[in-house]
Amino acid sequence: MIAANWQIFTGFAFFIIMVFIAGFYCILVTRNLIRVIIGLELLTKAVTLLIIVSGYVTDRIALAQSLVITLIIIEVVVMAVAAGVILSIYRHNESLASSKLTDLKG
Amino acid sequence: MPSLFILIPIFGIIILNLPLGRLLKRCAFWYAFVLFSLQIILAIFHNPFFWSGALEAISTFFSVKFTIDYLGFLMLLSIGIVCLSSLVVSRYAITDEEERFNFINLLIIASIGMCGIVMVKDIFSLYVFLEVTAVASFILIAFDKGKMALEGAFKYIVLSTIATIMMLSSIALLILVSGGTSFSLIAAALKISGPNIIVSLAVVLFLCALFIKGGVVPFHGWLPDAYSTAPAPASVLLAGIITKVCGIYTLIVLVTSVFGFNEAIGSMFLFVGTLSVLVGAFAALGQNNFNRMLAYSSISQIGYIILGLGTGTALGIAGAAFHIFNHAIFKSQLFVNAAAVRVATGTKNMDDMGGLSAKMPVTGATSVIAMLSTCGVPPMAGFWSKLIIIIALWRSGHFAYGVIAILASLLTLAYMLSMQRRVFFGKVGKGLENVREANFGFSAVSIALSAITIAAGVFFPAIFNKFLMPLAEMFLK
Amino acid sequence: MTIIDSMLLTAMVVAAIWTVMTRSLLKSAIGLALTSAVITIIMFRLNSPFAAVFELSVCTGLITAVFISTISLVKPLTHKQIVQLSKDRIKRFWYLPATVIVVGIVFIYLKIQMPLSLFAGQAEGNARDVLWNSRQLDLFGQIAVLLAGVFGVVILFKETKKK
Repeated sequence: MIAANWQIFTGFAFFIIMVFIAGFYCILVTRNLIRVIIGLELLTKAVTLLIIVSGYVTDRIALAQSLVITLIIIEVVVMAVAAGVILSIYRHNESLASSKLTDLKG
Repeated sequence: MPSLFILIPIFGIIILNLPLGRLLKRCAFWYAFVLFSLQIILAIFHNPFFWSGALEAISTFFSVKFTIDYLGFLMLLSIGIVCLSSLVVSRYAITDEEERFNFINLLIIASIGMCGIVMVKDIFSLYVFLEVTAVASFILIAFDKGKMALEGAFKYIVLSTIATIMMLSSIALLILVSGGTSFSLIAAALKISGPNIIVSLAVVLFLCALFIKGGVVPFHGWLPDAYSTAPAPASVLLAGIITKVCGIYTLIVLVTSVFGFNEAIGSMFLFVGTLSVLVGAFAALGQNNFNRMLAYSSISQIGYIILGLGTGTALGIAGAAFHIFNHAIFKSQLFVNAAAVRVATGTKNMDDMGGLSAKMPVTGATSVIAMLSTCGVPPMAGFWSKLIIIIALWRSGHFAYGVIAILASLLTLAYMLSMQRRVFFGKVGKGLENVREANFGFSAVSIALSAITIAAGVFFPAIFNKFLMPLAEMFLK
Repeated sequence: MTIIDSMLLTAMVVAAIWTVMTRSLLKSAIGLALTSAVITIIMFRLNSPFAAVFELSVCTGLITAVFISTISLVKPLTHKQIVQLSKDRIKRFWYLPATVIVVGIVFIYLKIQMPLSLFAGQAEGNARDVLWNSRQLDLFGQIAVLLAGVFGVVILFKETKKK
């Protein structure tokens, strides 16, 4: 890996880390369950870009693309299941405030 | 040919779900039964025709070669036994046929995921099969859509996805260093590269992700909630094998074959393992809910396994692997008993129970056997694996950790005895006079699992030569 | 790294922060779609057309559809609740841009050493070849995940019969 490529990587990583922070912040601070999932989605996008950039910089772009395609399919299924769980919670609680999810303690 | 473990179930599920009439749906139970029994038999008898041969027909469209080592055999055996127990329990615990059909399909998908995890030699395929198992377990926890179960499932989803994201970032950094994703490539690249912050960051991220998946303190937040609210057969599966394969087995494989073992990783494991043992044991002492207490007990036992792994010696790792097998057996046994008690009495609160051993003799007796194995009392199998781990700690010089492990065994004895006294012995609780013995399915599974625990303990010298020495030799290089 | 790349990356970060900080859930979902679109353009510039097209169709399309349908199935809050939530919202959320700026400044002054990578560049086909020929195991994993997802959707989205 030549030095110019490493510069490119650090440049991209700089912005990707910011999206990571936005995603983590969203999960920690929000009080609404759907926003938690949105935060997870943001983190997934950041990781997708990170994999593509790693592949681009080391000349393995085909490998990175196949990894990203698999990753996107799996994440869609996880998000669909999470949306299903949220809908079922809503049907029980009639609200989506995460402060209502306090039954399990200890 | 080991690829058949993945191919046959996938095709089976597709065929079972074709709209060809109700008779096909009834076959689901027996299909799964035969599948898991075959898996157990093949894992015990290492027939070379199956394991190293290759069928021409498969090679045309599936050209991946699998090689399984002794640790893989042990894990496949554990997976088969626990999945079979969960299957039989589901037959008697889930009464609606439609729901049972869904459960059996999800069970088969979870076992596809776990067999995949055991067999892969590529770090991204490891992620794919981890996600297969995770998605199946999300749905299994939320299966009966009770309010608490959904809450537990949601917490598990969030933490599991965070672990996934850490794992993927680590994979991206490792591609930077090694240019590929297979284990051998990464191991070679990590040997060549010097100390570098990117490499260390990748390793730490991956290990922390696996700690979250495995329920190791301080990342164990989701575990008690998920274990205590899942429906009965799902909790047997989750506690018995899923957490261990996803978290702990992957740790063993990665640390021995990919990342290499060094002092820093070793001390991190020892610290985190001790923390898990102590936090799990102390928290289990104060619980009233039967399932929650068993969840914290699981955390404690997983701590032992990590302690064994942290020694870095062949003996320690072999002891850890054997403890994985034992824990799968006796923890599933305890969860089957908890399910039987809950179905019979309708409550999970241990303070409301009492004197059940007179009403449910089989459940009481088998839970005593499982308790003895958990506490490490000879001649049960748990005694041998804990002994090996403590000897390994002693031999590698970590005397303080060894003493803590021994003291924690006393704590284990304390909370287990307290559970026994509250649930099974003493006066019969209020309103429990009409409790009858649990269903035949529960009893059969309990007796089978206890028999395995006793047999593994009594015939330990034979197991030592057949399973453990090859394991230890494998780790010596 | 050209100017266009920097602008695109800044747009991505701004879209992400807007997604987190905006008040209504619907705007959040749209912000997510916007972030996906910017990432698609960045991926096109990084020579990955397959992944970019996938990201565009699946993430910007399918996931946004899932989010918007979930949000619309949920009853919105009453006006009083919205007013009360938005009052302490700014207090909670303004830490985000501050944290991002601080981390950005720290990162610029950090000099991270390039890791040593001595692998030989091998001739590999395009992504289609790699996916179908050398990563077949992942394909079977994806099939298993999709099957599990189908079961999950069937189980979770069904209305329970009142017992």
